[in-house]
Amino acid sequence: MTARQLSKIAKRVGFWALIVLIMVYAVFPFYYAVITSLKPSSDLFRVELWPSTWDLSNYAQILTQASFLRAIFNSIVVAVSVVFIALLLGITASYALGRVRFRGRSTVLLVILGVSMFPQVAVLSGLFEVIRTLNLYNNPAGLILSYTIFTLPFTVWVLTTFMKQLPMELEEAAIMDGATPWVTITKVFLPLMWPAMATTGLLAFIAAWNEFLFALTFTLTDAQRTVPVAIALLSGGSAYELPWGPIMAASVIVTVPLVVLVIIFQRRIVSGLTAGAVKG
Amino acid sequence: MTTSSHHSAPEGARANPLPARRSRGTKVRRQRVKAAWLFLAPMLVALTLVAGWPLFRTFFLSFTDASLSDLGAANFIGFENYLVQENGRWFGIMADPTWWQSVWNTVYFSVVSVSLEVIFGVIVALILNAEFKGRTIVRAAVLIPWAIPTIVSAQMWAWMLNDQFGIINHMLMGIGVIDNPIAWTASATYSMWAVIMVDVWKTIPFVALLVLAALQMLPKDCYEAAEVDGIHPVRVFFKVTLPLITPALLVAVIFRLLDALRVFDVIYVLTSNSTSTMSMSVYARQQLVEFQDVGYGSAASTLLFLIIALATVAYLYAGRKQLQLGGDA
Repeated sequence: MTARQLSKIAKRVGFWALIVLIMVYAVFPFYYAVITSLKPSSDLFRVELWPSTWDLSNYAQILTQASFLRAIFNSIVVAVSVVFIALLLGITASYALGRVRFRGRSTVLLVILGVSMFPQVAVLSGLFEVIRTLNLYNNPAGLILSYTIFTLPFTVWVLTTFMKQLPMELEEAAIMDGATPWVTITKVFLPLMWPAMATTGLLAFIAAWNEFLFALTFTLTDAQRTVPVAIALLSGGSAYELPWGPIMAASVIVTVPLVVLVIIFQRRIVSGLTAGAVKG
Repeated sequence: MTTSSHHSAPEGARANPLPARRSRGTKVRRQRVKAAWLFLAPMLVALTLVAGWPLFRTFFLSFTDASLSDLGAANFIGFENYLVQENGRWFGIMADPTWWQSVWNTVYFSVVSVSLEVIFGVIVALILNAEFKGRTIVRAAVLIPWAIPTIVSAQMWAWMLNDQFGIINHMLMGIGVIDNPIAWTASATYSMWAVIMVDVWKTIPFVALLVLAALQMLPKDCYEAAEVDGIHPVRVFFKVTLPLITPALLVAVIFRLLDALRVFDVIYVLTSNSTSTMSMSVYARQQLVEFQDVGYGSAASTLLFLIIALATVAYLYAGRKQLQLGGDA
């Protein structure tokens, strides 16, 4: 074997080793959470890569907790409503921003971009006041309202870039036929925008599902909490004795749907993320 | 950054066919502009309600002594929340060492984690850009950390970093790197590194995907030319690839930097309110909610907002300069 062939083989081995390393690094923490969640509590503190005994006691424990089930329900309600509102307001706004030329358009776009860069803490006290005035404190509706601050700018931004790419002729034909802008949106653009709406909707869902700061601050009782807060506040007898088994079980329960969604819609998510960032 | 150029391009292209029809189109045009504002209105109202007005109120409250239990009974106290001298001693945020510690923590966290994310993100992107069997599977796997909620990843890592039963201490002791278990999340020395570790793990996918998108748009011919000339791949990367993906990298860096400067979740869950990792967001929230001092907390929020706004403007300015230089070359 020549030195050249040897170095070629070494390169291939190195390349695949790197790929394996990346895979392990990306997946291992989640894998470890899954196997921890499947261990009986007596085995929890034995460090091993493959559990010697399996059982579902951690899942049984977490899924019989009324407050956790309630948190899942709250999270679903909040995330779905946020997606719905963001898409509804986003599609109309993006029609205006993407298809019509008017004075003040670039200002509006700049404001939207500015809002998307807000640190959430900067509005915390003001938003707290708004939510309390509207009587939405300790109520998932308050979270739905507050989450529009980060889902709406993003949705408008991405939908506007998609809206711009649609051919002009479509709209001209609609105008010739005497269609009003509303009809143009619902009958002409909406059918073409589904892929873009699926992408942004998915990203908005993930963002709302994962949000923590507002959920922690604007809710008070177990019955109103969302999943991230519920998981962060799961605690055992004392601060030094966290119930790791149930925490991992809860983590797996809320993560599996997301991981499945991401793997199925991989391509869409990537295009949405890059449309939001690269074209921004 | 590229906003203005991107948005003006399609307009210019569209401007041509319009003038011919202008006489007939004026009414339609006017109707369209009216409809546009009508369609924008709900979004603008929503953003005013959740962003504009609250931001203004936060500014306002930062000059009062408002408390969380009774926001209405606030008195105007000027700059006292920021800095005030009483009996020869200084009080207020500017005189609070914990605030400055949190500023330093945030900057340190942002610079270190964003740098690591960019370096590893580019490496992962380069690998994913190569053609090999099973690329889709690897790309899906790489996306997993991004999909996991921050709270969950913080809890997962807290468990792996557990001082007595964590697998990381176990492995490190197994291969003899350390003799005694490290209290990753509790010790002042290591807790910041624990936080950075989690953040880097979670955000490499984002950077990698942005860079990958840029890599896939690169022209193939200059690589073929470089290969024909027998130029070393590392040299090709620094001379050809890196300059070409710089605009995408700049975008990734600003998105990540803005995110890192307002970091809250990871730090709060991993180390709670410990001063050795406290970020500006954690500090502001602690004052606001736990100490119920809305005035003081709002002042901290306002400072955070100003710092981020300043960083954004500075970065955009520097980025534009660099982009122009890159464009000239």
